[in-house]
Amino acid sequence: MKFINYLEKVSGVSIYGLTSLTLFGLFFIGMLIWTARADKNMIEEIRQIPLDKS
Amino acid sequence: MQVEKFYYDNKTVKWFAYATLFWSIVGMLAGLWVAIALYYPPMNLGIPATTFGRMRPVHTNAVIFAFVGNGIFMGVYYSLQRLCKARIFNDTLSKIHFWGWQLIIVAGAITLWAGKTSGKEYAELEWPIDIAITLVWVVFGIQIFGTILKRRERHIYVAIWFYIATWVTVAMLHIVNSIELPVSLWKSYSWYAGVQDALVQWWYGHNAVAFFLTTPYLGLMYYFLPKAANRPIYSYRLSIIHFWALIFIYIWAGPHHLLYTALPDWAQSLGVVFSVMLIAPSWGGMLNGLFTLRGAWDKVREEPVLKFLVVAITCYGMATFEGPMLALKNVNAISHFTDWTIAHVHVGALGWNGFLTFGVLYYLIPRMWNTPLYSKKLAGSHFWIGTIGIVLYVVPLYWAGFTQSMMWKTFTEEGQLKFQFLETVTHIIPMYITRSLGGTLYLIGALIMVYNLRKTIQQGSFVANEAAEAAPLPKVFQPHGKQHWHRWIERRPIQMLVFSLIAVAIGGLIELVPTFLVKSNIPTISSVKPYTALELQGRDIYVREGCYLCHSQMIRPFRDEVARYGEYSKAGEFVYDHPFQWGSKRTGPDLARIGGKYPDSWHYNHMMDPQSMSPGSIMPSYPWLLDNAIDTSGTAAKIRAMQELGVPYPEGYAAQANKDLLVQAAGIKNSLKADKIHPGDIKEIVALIAYLQRVGKDIRTAAPAGTQKEEAAKGGDGTAIMGN
Repeated sequence: MKFINYLEKVSGVSIYGLTSLTLFGLFFIGMLIWTARADKNMIEEIRQIPLDKS
Repeated sequence: MQVEKFYYDNKTVKWFAYATLFWSIVGMLAGLWVAIALYYPPMNLGIPATTFGRMRPVHTNAVIFAFVGNGIFMGVYYSLQRLCKARIFNDTLSKIHFWGWQLIIVAGAITLWAGKTSGKEYAELEWPIDIAITLVWVVFGIQIFGTILKRRERHIYVAIWFYIATWVTVAMLHIVNSIELPVSLWKSYSWYAGVQDALVQWWYGHNAVAFFLTTPYLGLMYYFLPKAANRPIYSYRLSIIHFWALIFIYIWAGPHHLLYTALPDWAQSLGVVFSVMLIAPSWGGMLNGLFTLRGAWDKVREEPVLKFLVVAITCYGMATFEGPMLALKNVNAISHFTDWTIAHVHVGALGWNGFLTFGVLYYLIPRMWNTPLYSKKLAGSHFWIGTIGIVLYVVPLYWAGFTQSMMWKTFTEEGQLKFQFLETVTHIIPMYITRSLGGTLYLIGALIMVYNLRKTIQQGSFVANEAAEAAPLPKVFQPHGKQHWHRWIERRPIQMLVFSLIAVAIGGLIELVPTFLVKSNIPTISSVKPYTALELQGRDIYVREGCYLCHSQMIRPFRDEVARYGEYSKAGEFVYDHPFQWGSKRTGPDLARIGGKYPDSWHYNHMMDPQSMSPGSIMPSYPWLLDNAIDTSGTAAKIRAMQELGVPYPEGYAAQANKDLLVQAAGIKNSLKADKIHPGDIKEIVALIAYLQRVGKDIRTAAPAGTQKEEAAKGGDGTAIMGN
């Protein structure tokens, strides 16, 4: 359980941070495009779900 | 397609609603108690359990985990069933969930009153309760996912996304922040120390606000607002963007609680940037809520539910605008450690969480009892009394925070600090009094609600199982238009869970991992040594009494703080602090350099009767520390635990720790005797004095000024003294 600075020995460790940030960025852009292009009827159907009286 | 008949479970919702009502009153009473104790110290009653340092965590835990926690479960159990067109997954698990959570709350209150605390704000509960929380949370998860899996509605509405993100993120935060090494049944040490502990704690603390107080309530907003207004949400597309942006950005913002501290600069900047970005999704969500009421504002005048929801959403908007502003370093330099933060928090707590919960209660109870609300007029009175209460609560505290900060930073023309710390406290007492009046009004409003809902319940008849009908999901899905990858996530709860976890884990890891694992981020200072056995015992008393709730141990590199308290704090000074005790509020002065500042006898008299040493002080007295003997039976176990965590005590030190302790205690007793104080046996006060006399001294005694300058020049901790 001792505290060891594991990553100290890894060279170029920042690449992991950059990669994950990029991954999220791409996911987010993909999501934006999908949201903009999503089928209008489907969006409207989902939007109405809480009001469904059944 | 054959329509299926099934029943919604209202009984569990009812129990959670009762619990929400009960704990709201308890939590607010505890809050009012501590608010009064701040200007009327006899309110502390001179006994341990009712002293500020123990009552304050009782208040925060009660309102967050008992009031809002039960509010979340109430709202989720009600809305999830209806959004999925399915009864909640399992009735037995509902009972386990409900009673398990109430037991945790009761155990939490009792242990906090008894001084059993891990000393980390909003995560004070000790390890056995931490484990219980994990288990009950798993039950909650099974209920959510089980219900989603047996749903009769193909689409998973955005409210459910927020519930899923809440569940997965709270699980992650709770587990990571609660990693601790048990010393005994009710005592543990945080696995992390100093800077790392602070970073993990505020990564947790900030995201507890995000994922316990915000995302589940946004889910509730996306369900109950359209229901109450009887119109769909303004923009469903915006709600999708709101969701992903919010959960991703929130997780990075934690370090804004640690600006100008010994935390490495890069981590502070990361926190600031993401906090500022956070305003976009937050306001997107707020506007989505308010625009939903376009053309329906006439309803808001009539309908109490909508009144509460509108103020709740507006307060959400105000708090999420203020949050990024407070995260700017120049604003934070003024606001941090003052009542400004308390005001900010209460805009969110009283406005957003409180009013949204009240709105949901006013919505649910008449429907579940199949009767109109007993009195709309009383609900209207509640609304106005509550709103005035919020204003009367927060405005004086903004004033108090700003005024006190300015007083701290004022110098005379000769270059001396103009005000003693105590003067800056007594100056804002009138604001504390006004604040407690605001709190009282808010509480009165809540009591009116309890009465109104009780009358409603009496006049109605409870529908325990509400009949509903829906067609089961067809085996073959007929898509609308073109299929797309987001649909692959959006229709499937497990994918949703995985992707939300990835989104929050990315932020969490990048924020935490480097400080954790790269040694150069925490420069060690060779003169900083582990605490002696007596000091460690004293530190545990310091933690037990919640001293950190009013006293920081973190001198920021500002001219006034260095002049008032001494050399600013360095990351390397805290490497043996399990847990860290930097604090977040200065109701009393900073203690980072208290060691050696006053004689032992001063501390003795001050703990017995603070007013005798500092007339006008609002600090409670701690007479029991003068009577209680130190429990030396646990010393060896504590030393061993510290060794286990990497604190470099010599091999075999645990066995002789008590001998060491006695020698040091004898020294303090002799110094007290010289001032005609005879503490008798080894009392807790002796250990506490030993600890206080040690705090912050290591770099002062061993490192001459030259060494410190050298270290600062090297950019050892990435900070430099800022003029202000």
